[in-house]
Amino acid sequence: MRFNDAIIGCVLVIFAIAEIAYTQTFPSLFGQRYGPALFPQLIGLGLIASGIVLVVRGVIQKRRAGAEGRWLDMQSWAGNTHQKTNLVLVLLALLAYILLSDWLGFILLSMLTLSVLLYRLGSSITVALAIASATTAALYLMFAKLLLVPLPAGLLQGLLY
Amino acid sequence: MDALLLALSLVFQPYVLGVMLLAALFGLFVGSIPGLTATMATALLIPFTFYMEPVPAIACIVTTVAMAIFAGDIPGALLRIPGTPASAAYCDEAYALTRQGKAELALGTSLVCAAIGGIMGSIVLTMTAPVLAEFAIQFSSYEYFWLACLGLSCAVIISTGSTLKGVVSLLIGLFIATIGIDITAGHPRFTFGSVEMLAGISFIPAMIGMFAVSEVIRYVVSSTPSETVVQQPIKKVFSGIGNVLSRYKLNVFRGGAIGAVVGILPGAGSDIAAWISFAVSKRFSRNKNKFGTGHVEGLVDAGTANNAGLSGAWVPALVFGIPGDSITAIAIGVLYMKGMNPGPTVFLNQPELIHSVFVVFFLANIALIPLGFIAIRFSRQILRVPRQVLIPIILMFCIVGSFAINNTVFGVSIMLVMGVLAYLMEENGFPVAPTILGIVLGTMLEDNFMSSMIKSDGDLSGFFSRPIAATLGVIVIALWTVPLLRFAYGAMSNRRSQSR
Repeated sequence: MRFNDAIIGCVLVIFAIAEIAYTQTFPSLFGQRYGPALFPQLIGLGLIASGIVLVVRGVIQKRRAGAEGRWLDMQSWAGNTHQKTNLVLVLLALLAYILLSDWLGFILLSMLTLSVLLYRLGSSITVALAIASATTAALYLMFAKLLLVPLPAGLLQGLLY
Repeated sequence: MDALLLALSLVFQPYVLGVMLLAALFGLFVGSIPGLTATMATALLIPFTFYMEPVPAIACIVTTVAMAIFAGDIPGALLRIPGTPASAAYCDEAYALTRQGKAELALGTSLVCAAIGGIMGSIVLTMTAPVLAEFAIQFSSYEYFWLACLGLSCAVIISTGSTLKGVVSLLIGLFIATIGIDITAGHPRFTFGSVEMLAGISFIPAMIGMFAVSEVIRYVVSSTPSETVVQQPIKKVFSGIGNVLSRYKLNVFRGGAIGAVVGILPGAGSDIAAWISFAVSKRFSRNKNKFGTGHVEGLVDAGTANNAGLSGAWVPALVFGIPGDSITAIAIGVLYMKGMNPGPTVFLNQPELIHSVFVVFFLANIALIPLGFIAIRFSRQILRVPRQVLIPIILMFCIVGSFAINNTVFGVSIMLVMGVLAYLMEENGFPVAPTILGIVLGTMLEDNFMSSMIKSDGDLSGFFSRPIAATLGVIVIALWTVPLLRFAYGAMSNRRSQSR
C-alpha cells in the first residue's frame, strides 16, 4: 500500500496541529521557562515543516507522472483478495488475543489462531492442526511452566489448575 | 586483571555456554531464512532474556546476532535472496560465484571473513570502550544532551533513503517517547486517561511489533515466488580460502576497519557498513570491471565489514547508552530492564560485566567457524523449511512474548499498533531505524535538556559553557547546516549558470 507523499504530508500536518493544540492543556512549571509542553511542541513544529515539504513534493511528483500518478497505489495487491484476507486474518488474530484471551484462554485461542493461519497459508488441515497443537504445547510449557508467565486460562480454568 | 578473571568465570559456566550454543543455532536458523532478519531474531529473544541474569542475557543476544548476520549470506549465495539486510550489498556477487559452480568458495569466504570481521570489531570494542568510558565519566547533562543530538542526527543522515523521510521517522520516534508521565512536572502526556500508558510505551513490545509483526504482515501480503536451491555439492568449504585471504589481506583489514567505524556511528549498523565497504572495495579495486561477475574481492570487504559493524555498534551502547544500531537499541532496552543502565559508571562499578561482554564477543566469533560450517553443510535442509509454517508460529510467539513482559494484553496492543506503523512506513520509503533511536534517545534528550536548564536557570548558553559540550554542539550544528548550505549553494550556482 503506497500513498503519495502529499497524503502522508497532510496526515502528518493534521496530526501535528492536533498534538500542539493538546499540549496547551499541559501545566507550566512555576519559575521555569521550559515545561512539559516544550518537546511535544518542537516535535509538532518539525512534523508540520516536514509535512509541508512532503505535500509539495508529492504534488510535483503526481504532476510529473501525469495520468500515471496516483494518490494511493494499491497496485501490488490490486484485485488480490487472497492477500487482503491474509492481512485481515493476521490483524484479527492480534485483536482476538487483545479482546478475547481473558475469556477463551491462551490454549484455545492459540490453537484456533495457529490452525486457521497455517491452513490459510497453504498447509493441509491435518498438518495445520498437528503443528498448531505442537506449537501451543511448546509455548505453554516454555512460558507458563518454565518462565512462570500467567498465561490466561480462560474456559479451561478448571482443567489446568 | 581481576575483573577479566571474574568475567571469564562468569562466562565459562555450563549454563551460559549452553545458552550461547542454543542462541547460536537459533541465530543461524533465523539468519538463513530469507525475510527473517537478525533484528527480528533479537526481538523474538527478549522474552527469554527477560528472565535471565545480565551475562547470559547479553551472551544470548550477541551470539544470536553474530551467527544470524553470517547466516544471511547462505541464501544470498544459494538463492540470490539476502537472508538479512546486511547481506544485501554483495548478494548478487555471491550468487554469480555460485552460478560458476563456486558456491563453496563464496560461502567459505563469507564464513571466514565474518569471523575475522567479528574478531576485529571485538578488538576495537575492547580497546576503545574503556578509554571512552574514562573520558565519559566527566560528562554532565550538557554533554549527554549533545551526544543524544549527535546520535539522532547520525541516525537520520546515515539512514537509507530520503533524509526528509528519515527526519519524519525520527520525529515519530521522539513523539512516542514523550508519551507517559513527564519528568519535570509529573504531568501525564498523551495518555488520555489510560493508567497503563502512564509509564510510557513499553519499549520491548514496540520492538517486537516493529521488527517481527511488520515482517509477518509483509510476508502475508506479498505473493512469494517459489525459490529453487542451486544443486551443487557443498563440501570443501575451506578449500582455497587461504589463497583468497592472502591475496586480499588489505581488503580484510579495510573491511574490518570500515565496519567497526560505521558500527560505532549511532543509527548505522552492519547493513550500511556492508554497502559502504562494498562500494569502497569496488572504487579502489584493480579489477573494477570484474565486479558483478562473481569476483570474490567485494565479498571479502563487505563480508568482513558487516560482522565488524555488529561489535562496533556496542561501543556507544555500552559507554553512553546510545545505540549504534537497531540491535543494540534492543540490547539497551534489555539492560535497562535488568537495572544495569549502560553508561560509564558500569565500567567503574561492575567492570566484570563489561569484560564478560568482551569475552562473549570473542567467544561467539570464534565459535562462528565450526557452527557456521555446520550451517553451510545443512543449508539445503534449512532452506527447505517452509515459510508458510514458520510465519504463524512467529506471530503466536510475538503475542506471547509481548504479553510476558508485563503480563497484560496492553503489550499486545502496543505491538499491533507499532507493527502496522512499521509496515506502512517501510512500504512508503520511511526508514524505521530513526524511529527506534528516537524512542530510545527521546527520554535521554529531554531529561538532559531539562536538568541542564534547571541548573543554568533557563540560560541556553550553558550548552556551550564547557569545552567538550561546546565541541559536540558545534559538530551537531555543523552536521545539520553544512548539507543545507551546500544545497543552497548548489541551487544558487545552478540558477546562475541557467541565467547566463
